Amino acid sequence: MIDVTDPAFWPDFLEVLGKGTLETLWMTSVAMLITIVIGLPLGILLVGTEEGGFLGASTRRGRILNQVLGFIVNLGRSVPFIVLMIALIPFTRWLVGSFIGTGPAIVPLTVVAIPFFARVVEIAVKEVDAGLFETADSLGATRWQLVRRVVLPQALPSIVLGVATTATSIINFSAMVGVVGGGGLGNVALTYGLHRYSWAHIIAVIVILFVLVQLIQWGCNALARRLDRSRGRSRALPAHRPPDPAAV
Amino acid sequence: MITIDHVSRSYGDVRALDDVSIQVGRGEIFGVVGQSGAGKSTLLRLVNAIERPDSGSVVVDDVELSALQGRELRAARHRIGMVFQHFNLVGNRTAAQNVEFALEAVGRTRGDRKREARDMLDLVGLAHRADAYPSELSGGQRQRVGIARALASKPDVLLSDEATSALDPETTRQILALVQRLSADLGLTVLLITHEMEVVKQICDGAALLESGRVVEQGPLLDLVNTPGSRLAHDLFPLGEAPDLPGFGILDLTFAGGEAERPTIALLARDLGLDVSILGATIETIGGQQAGRTRLAIPGGGEATAQAVTFLAERGVRAEAVSSR
Repeated sequence: MIDVTDPAFWPDFLEVLGKGTLETLWMTSVAMLITIVIGLPLGILLVGTEEGGFLGASTRRGRILNQVLGFIVNLGRSVPFIVLMIALIPFTRWLVGSFIGTGPAIVPLTVVAIPFFARVVEIAVKEVDAGLFETADSLGATRWQLVRRVVLPQALPSIVLGVATTATSIINFSAMVGVVGGGGLGNVALTYGLHRYSWAHIIAVIVILFVLVQLIQWGCNALARRLDRSRGRSRALPAHRPPDPAAV
Repeated sequence: MITIDHVSRSYGDVRALDDVSIQVGRGEIFGVVGQSGAGKSTLLRLVNAIERPDSGSVVVDDVELSALQGRELRAARHRIGMVFQHFNLVGNRTAAQNVEFALEAVGRTRGDRKREARDMLDLVGLAHRADAYPSELSGGQRQRVGIARALASKPDVLLSDEATSALDPETTRQILALVQRLSADLGLTVLLITHEMEVVKQICDGAALLESGRVVEQGPLLDLVNTPGSRLAHDLFPLGEAPDLPGFGILDLTFAGGEAERPTIALLARDLGLDVSILGATIETIGGQQAGRTRLAIPGGGEATAQAVTFLAERGVRAEAVSSR
């Protein structure tokens, strides 16, 4: 049983939580980073290779690519995380040499986050006005120029919001990897909360996770607002604007 | 400069374009008018090969576009700018960045892009708003950015897809004046589609009327005005419905070129002794010449009307009897 009046309790409490928080942050950020690197192009490819998509998907190659990508993404999304985690053990062991610990936990976290994020990107890219694709064509732009200068800037605010959602999911799942010795706050809740009945630890874990998620959401919201110029920022507007009914 | 030769294009069962042939000379401003769904959009998009014809050919500056692919197609499109009804600016990029995109497509270096984009914005009178986002610009300013972007690659041809249809009349006039000035200064050939006759009247040298995918009539504007029964002339100079006046013959006179300045109607009244009433009139300057139409009521019925038509014809004024029979 725990005893909060024990002088040894608090230093240990803080150390455990501090370590757990850092581990969670580490796992989440690395997994998020890899997810963006792989998921972003994947999402753009998913939309671009659709029937009539901006990457010229009327070709056979495009159609096949689209179907393969769609299949992988749906497969990744339909398997429950706990099952995926176990199923990935051989792969993780092959890739990083072990499946226990914070580092190896990043593997299943990334694998589960990529399809999720790819769908997020897909939705964001679909919101880009199709007229802009035609415009880029009329300017004789390459596909890469179109993606880099039109699709990305326009989809970025939504993608950033999607990063918040995805990071939150990764944090949730990272708690679950604690079950298989993945470390992080989930492991703290498991070893101290469940095995040693420490409510103090459970509550602290909940509070820390809540604050983390809140900070991520807040940060991403602010960034997305900065990136989105489509609604205009009243502060940036000149005080006198010529009346123009067409400017609505 | 632009030769559209016997082009047809269908979407499923719908014939968007049916054996359309149009020629636009170098430096000319040519307008294609028609109702929505007449095939104007498709026609315009053939010229930069965003649409492909089922049959026929599209040649711009001696280059057959319908045959091009990939790199060659992109290079050809650098010679053809396009502006859009809804401007199609990238909302999260500044005016300058939108123009720079066109220059990047042409392969300019980063430094050149920045400088040339400023120059282009200066050309359309928007240098002071280079760092503004589209949402901070008025409709007219947005279209100026669109024009700067379309012309950044120094094209020979400008395609305009209802470029002024989302603008108010005053802004429309300003944008058209800008296009006209640029066409003259840069030797730009302009092909525009519109449903507004005002646009044709203000800047076009020639026009074609498109109806259900077919060219109903086309030619230089002054010739059209002089063509008996021309629908475009009627639309350019609307006189409204012919009134029903018993005992009167109704005549629509078309003036073009020099006749507009001569006192033809006064002569008609005096020489034939007819108490002519003017029911309506419209005069415009087209291609630097006066042109217009006048509707007269001639008392005395068929015989007097026929006499008047002959009298006018002898003096080079075309008159049509609009029946009030």
